[in-house]
Amino acid sequence: MTIRGDTRRTEITATAAPTPTRRLYRPRNPRIIAGVASGLARHLGIPVIAVRIALVVLLGFNGLGLMLYAAFWAVVPQEAPSGEPPARRDLAALVPFAAIGIGVVLLQSLVGGNGVAAGTVGWLIAIVALGAGVIWHQSDPTRRGLGDTTPQAPWLAAVVAESDRRSFIFRFIGGGVLVATGIIGVVAVYAPRGSLSAVFNGVIFALVGLLGVGVVVAPLLWRTFSQLRAEREGRIREQERAEVAAMIHDQVLHTLALIQRNSADIKEVQRLARGQERSLRNWLYKPAASPTERFAAALEEAAAEVEDTYAISVETVIVGDTDCDEGVAALVAAAREAMVNAARHAGVQTVSLYAEVEADELSVFVRDRGAGFDVDKIEESRHGVRGSIVGRMRRHGGKAKIRSAVGDGTEVRLTLPASREGITAGKEAAR
Amino acid sequence: MTDERRLKVFLVDDHAMFRAGVRSELGVHVDVVGEASSVTEAINRIAVTEPDVVLLDVHMPDGGGRAVLESMRRTHPHVKFLALSVSDAAEDVIGLIRAGARGYVTKTISPDELAAAIRRVADGDAVFSPRLAGFVLDAFAARPDVPVADPELDQLTNREREVLRLLARGYAYKEIAKELFISIKTVETHVSNVLRKLQMSNRYELSRWAADRRLV
Repeated sequence: MTIRGDTRRTEITATAAPTPTRRLYRPRNPRIIAGVASGLARHLGIPVIAVRIALVVLLGFNGLGLMLYAAFWAVVPQEAPSGEPPARRDLAALVPFAAIGIGVVLLQSLVGGNGVAAGTVGWLIAIVALGAGVIWHQSDPTRRGLGDTTPQAPWLAAVVAESDRRSFIFRFIGGGVLVATGIIGVVAVYAPRGSLSAVFNGVIFALVGLLGVGVVVAPLLWRTFSQLRAEREGRIREQERAEVAAMIHDQVLHTLALIQRNSADIKEVQRLARGQERSLRNWLYKPAASPTERFAAALEEAAAEVEDTYAISVETVIVGDTDCDEGVAALVAAAREAMVNAARHAGVQTVSLYAEVEADELSVFVRDRGAGFDVDKIEESRHGVRGSIVGRMRRHGGKAKIRSAVGDGTEVRLTLPASREGITAGKEAAR
Repeated sequence: MTDERRLKVFLVDDHAMFRAGVRSELGVHVDVVGEASSVTEAINRIAVTEPDVVLLDVHMPDGGGRAVLESMRRTHPHVKFLALSVSDAAEDVIGLIRAGARGYVTKTISPDELAAAIRRVADGDAVFSPRLAGFVLDAFAARPDVPVADPELDQLTNREREVLRLLARGYAYKEIAKELFISIKTVETHVSNVLRKLQMSNRYELSRWAADRRLV
């Protein structure tokens, strides 16, 4: 608070203070009560905090500080409005000085023996008030991060940076004093005898001790905590951004460049666009599953390979999922072969792939609306169909049925009885 | 499936290029009576132009297709909505259907198929993309551990399941009718029933999909 005010002041004097003669004013800003302390500090060229502490300490001498303050308030003229909106008075800044003031007054009365607050309790309260005042003043939140906001006054930043370490020491000492007070109090009260009032006093001292710890640690903890949180959030955001940027750079920009270079080759452009679309979709919507472990992922990978190789699009719909084993791998391989056949012979742009995992069996359908063929004639001569699809399914206890007619498309139906474990029918891994 | 009257179609999509493409592709089949690129614009202009079918994009900056659906459904119950999106994410699809869309197709659909889908939706039937059929099969999967509150709404009949499977396998309605030895009208009835269940059922999978659509 106070230091921020000083910063403004230096800005003003640097830019808009033509008068060389320095007169004593009460500035509108910064001020806590009437601006007496900051006016004096500015005039004398010393830190405002020193003036304030001096005034507070002088309070102890029969209220000299208060009288001085009142006198200056009455005599010294207020500074003319500088145009900038007056900062709101921060009365909270008064609290530490008030606490320190109370502590000083109490100490004074104890030393002088006036009997205002005699005995141990008075001493302890005085110490606590002093410690708490110092600590609260030091942990003023505006004292942080001032280095960035004071480019015109680097010396200020240095002071602030130093005050960070200093404030820590202050806090440490203050806290230590408070805690020690509490402990000493408890011991002192408990020691003589166990009467009710003694216990009561003991509790009070314990509370004082705890309060001390709380006062010391709370602002520090809170600040550290919120700084950590802000930092972590920032880091996460940064990481996400970097990940998106990397993905776009590695994939999308690359693909766009390739598309521009191959713009004459429509098939190639389609293949590139389709592949990029698929990878973006996976990245956006799907949890990554290993194609070697899960049926759906394996089938999708096979479909993607066929799409890439033959520049067609495979409309994939998979319901349910299961773990891979030898039989499932064979099913995927047979499905892949069927897709390859469709891509090579059907002469169409789109092939439908549908797979469903049921409790008792796995089924895969590969269908196209293409040229079709006469099943009876061709099955004998084509190794792809006989060996890679029908034979493979049979070897693993499954079935393959091919339905096709010339001009009416082809559908390959593959089924595999699910006598294995690890089937998750329904949702879970389906998309 | 009558063609005596040209259907009035309204486009809602925040990509101007896509709107222009659809407009030119559909021009031979239907009358495109208006376009909107945002939710508020769509709500205002649909009320004025009174289209038969609205083609609705799922993702838009100010709330998406769902916001349009939710505000139009009560005031203009006769306007049919067909969702059109690049997204295949289950929560998007189910969310829009449950908000009242009569169907869902992906933007890669061919112009002829899109025109057919529009006509079907205008006739009060439902349109399922293969992937949507897959989602539904998934959501209504017979699972012994899930208690069924309302069998009428929470379960699919065997016939409906068969129809959905064929849809997911890429069959057209005509092909499904042929495969199952039923009429096209019966296929349409089955799909409409599935749509109703999809909209009304409280199955956990559906409400969850509908609820957590917080994607890009």
